[in-house]
Amino acid sequence: MRDRVWIYSGLAVFVAVLTCPFWYALARAHAASRPPQLVLPANQTQCVAPVSFMRASHMQMLLDWREDVVRRDDHRFVAYDGKIYQKSLTRTCLGCHSKQQFCDRCHAYTGVSGPYCWDCHNDPRHLAAGVTPEAQSMRAGGFDRTQSMLSHFPKLTTSSPTSRQPEQTAAGRTP
Amino acid sequence: MKITRKDFLRLSGLSVLAAGAVRTFEAAKAAGQSAIRPLRGSGGAPRKQLAMAIDLRKCRQRPGCDLCMKACRDAHNVPVIADPRHEVKWIWNAPFAEVFPLEQSAYTERNYTGSPLPVLCNHCDEPACVRVCPTGATWKRSEDGIVMMDWHRCIGCKYCMVACPYEARSFNFVDPRPYIEHINSDFPTRSMGVVEKCNFCAERLAAGKQPACVEACPANAIAFGDSSDPNSPVCLALSASFSLRRKPELGTGPNVHSIV
Amino acid sequence: MFEKALAGGRRYWLWVGFLLAVSFLGLFDWVREQQIGLGVTALTRDVPWGLYIGQFVFFVGLGASALVVVLPYYLHNWKAFAKITLLGEILGMVSVFMAMLFIFVSMGRPMRLINVLWYPHPNSLIFWDINVLSGYVLLNAIVTTTILWSERQGIAPPRWTRFLVMLSLPWAVSIHTVTAFILCGLVARPYWLTPLMAPRFLASAFTSGAALLALLALLMRRLGVFDVGEEAIQKLRTIATYCLLTHVFFDLNEIFTVFYSRIPEHVAHIDYLFAGLDGNDLYAPWMQLSALFALAALAIFLIPALRNRSSLLPWACAFAFFSMLIEKGLGLMVGGFVPTAFGVTAAYAPNLSEWTVVAGIWAFGALLITVLYKIALAVRAEAES
Ligand code: SF4
Ligand code: SF4
Repeated sequence: MRDRVWIYSGLAVFVAVLTCPFWYALARAHAASRPPQLVLPANQTQCVAPVSFMRASHMQMLLDWREDVVRRDDHRFVAYDGKIYQKSLTRTCLGCHSKQQFCDRCHAYTGVSGPYCWDCHNDPRHLAAGVTPEAQSMRAGGFDRTQSMLSHFPKLTTSSPTSRQPEQTAAGRTP
Repeated sequence: MKITRKDFLRLSGLSVLAAGAVRTFEAAKAAGQSAIRPLRGSGGAPRKQLAMAIDLRKCRQRPGCDLCMKACRDAHNVPVIADPRHEVKWIWNAPFAEVFPLEQSAYTERNYTGSPLPVLCNHCDEPACVRVCPTGATWKRSEDGIVMMDWHRCIGCKYCMVACPYEARSFNFVDPRPYIEHINSDFPTRSMGVVEKCNFCAERLAAGKQPACVEACPANAIAFGDSSDPNSPVCLALSASFSLRRKPELGTGPNVHSIV
Repeated sequence: MFEKALAGGRRYWLWVGFLLAVSFLGLFDWVREQQIGLGVTALTRDVPWGLYIGQFVFFVGLGASALVVVLPYYLHNWKAFAKITLLGEILGMVSVFMAMLFIFVSMGRPMRLINVLWYPHPNSLIFWDINVLSGYVLLNAIVTTTILWSERQGIAPPRWTRFLVMLSLPWAVSIHTVTAFILCGLVARPYWLTPLMAPRFLASAFTSGAALLALLALLMRRLGVFDVGEEAIQKLRTIATYCLLTHVFFDLNEIFTVFYSRIPEHVAHIDYLFAGLDGNDLYAPWMQLSALFALAALAIFLIPALRNRSSLLPWACAFAFFSMLIEKGLGLMVGGFVPTAFGVTAAYAPNLSEWTVVAGIWAFGALLITVLYKIALAVRAEAES
């Protein structure tokens, strides 16, 4: 049993390494313990469901909406108070909420590193110019491809890429 | 009974497998219950099937016309990618000899060179793409026969592209967003790695509108409607003229007709 | 048992290090492909499946070919295969695992693979394929570890292993049949639309499997690692000979039907592969080489004067193996897609990115084989002494 020290210290290191993401997240949350400043819609007082439900289960509700609209051609949502809404992220949710000042802020605070809804779905406010942010920056001379590339690959999203890749690396452009 | 560590590991492995198997079995049962029923020709009332008839005689009057394609691109955020290897196409022009290889002759060559011949997904009666899709990301809608796609579910295996005899499907080889000039915020773009194709404007039909290409054609060359209803525009157009379908001999039952 | 893999000489560690390095190279390249998009490969809208799926088909075949040693040994009691059967099973298991990796890397959204099981669609052959492939890997993993375990304890393997081994025989046939069905049921692809696809696949699979096993056995003897016995090698050669003959016979059948009927759509694909079409003859030299290799292997296998020269045997095996690798691992896919449904002769040649990923998976497979063989042989040696 001479090895006991080694075994236990090895185990401790192992457990520490294994759980380090949690400690890291905790430490970060502590550093930024100020809750996010969410901007609520000015023209509405009531969401499609009570706040507590939305806070806990908006993701599940969006998934259900998605299945209903895409796979069952069912677009009508009857809310708990009898009001009727269209099942649409862009029209209904973003019709009131601001993606940047509401969705993004809370997701950033809770460390939910971007659900990839926005790879495809659009934020109408952001598109005021009628142009995708990607196309805009592409025209401005460079396109930060890494950002959107990484969002597709969940394992690697934790690091925040800053390197700018020249546009030519996009395979679609080289003949 | 004494359970050794090895037994425990084995047991937990097995129970994970068993849980997965149960879930798979249940889902398979559900899938079996909603299996695709034959659309037409099996007795009973005919099932609704949306179809399209493109009057090429009108198209021939307008050499170089691509208004229907533009309208589709704008409605669905279809990217314009110059590299033909990575192109994304919903409705596009192709030469007659390639679209109807068996009908090709010196006359068709003379008559059709340079004039538009729009092709798109045929929303087949027996779609090969639906048969092969391992996830149900593409399926035939029973209410109106549209062959739909769920881009959330597609795993990008490309089996459907391999199976479609009309090359109606495109894979997103690159992130499409930078290639979309004007984005329509009402319709999603697609993400890299999924397959897409024409959806007969299911989202416009849901809002009571006609497909974008039908609406955009100044010559009214495209008739659209339910092919099981003899008074629908598509049936009226087809009963008045001679038309072709692409590769009907394959048994896929294409629902896009070209009036020659 | 794993500790056996950690005891090796300099040569062993150099080899393992090399394989690890290449595997990581492949891994990094694959991650890059996923990040920038499959557009960095040479795949196109017209040729959506290429080198990856070709390799997948080839390695499923190699996996199925464990049957060529398992069946004679267990069913017919060929004692000559006593030493090689386990090695054959390990090779089969690793090959199928590699085949699954090849599917994985060719997918656009691999992280969603679970959808195949979460929303099962039994009408899709891919659903069946994923199930039979993983079942086969599991089956062989259980059998090989149990056999090794009992050998180490010096006891006879439990009776149920025999049952699992018997089950693995039809299972081996099924994995390659299902793989053939993925391709041969598509109206869109005349080149694949033939009921001979599954039998042809099996014949070429058993050829390449027997040839590779014989090569590995010769190599291990040469390196002084292990000797499976001359008789086993000779029997493998006989199996490879007959399977290759069957394969060539099947191929000639296809060619007769296509060229006597002269249905243009069917002729075009074979024309493109072996002679070139519209001035595009990228694959002609390769396909001709593949045919030449098959004939050369047959000549060495069959002509008595050559057959008796033992120095030629490795050549014959290598010819047979590479002939099948070219035909199945590359030609099969390209031939299916070119010319396209629009009659266009699309160009596809795998690019560096694809080759790097393929090299990575090959290296990883070789690594698994090295380590597993090392363990198996060490356990055996220990049990014997
Ligand atoms: S044309 Fe192709 S993609 Fe469209 S339904 Fe038919 S098989 Fe499917
Ligand atoms: S690429 Fe997507 S839609 Fe096509 S078969 Fe695969 S999962 Fe289905």
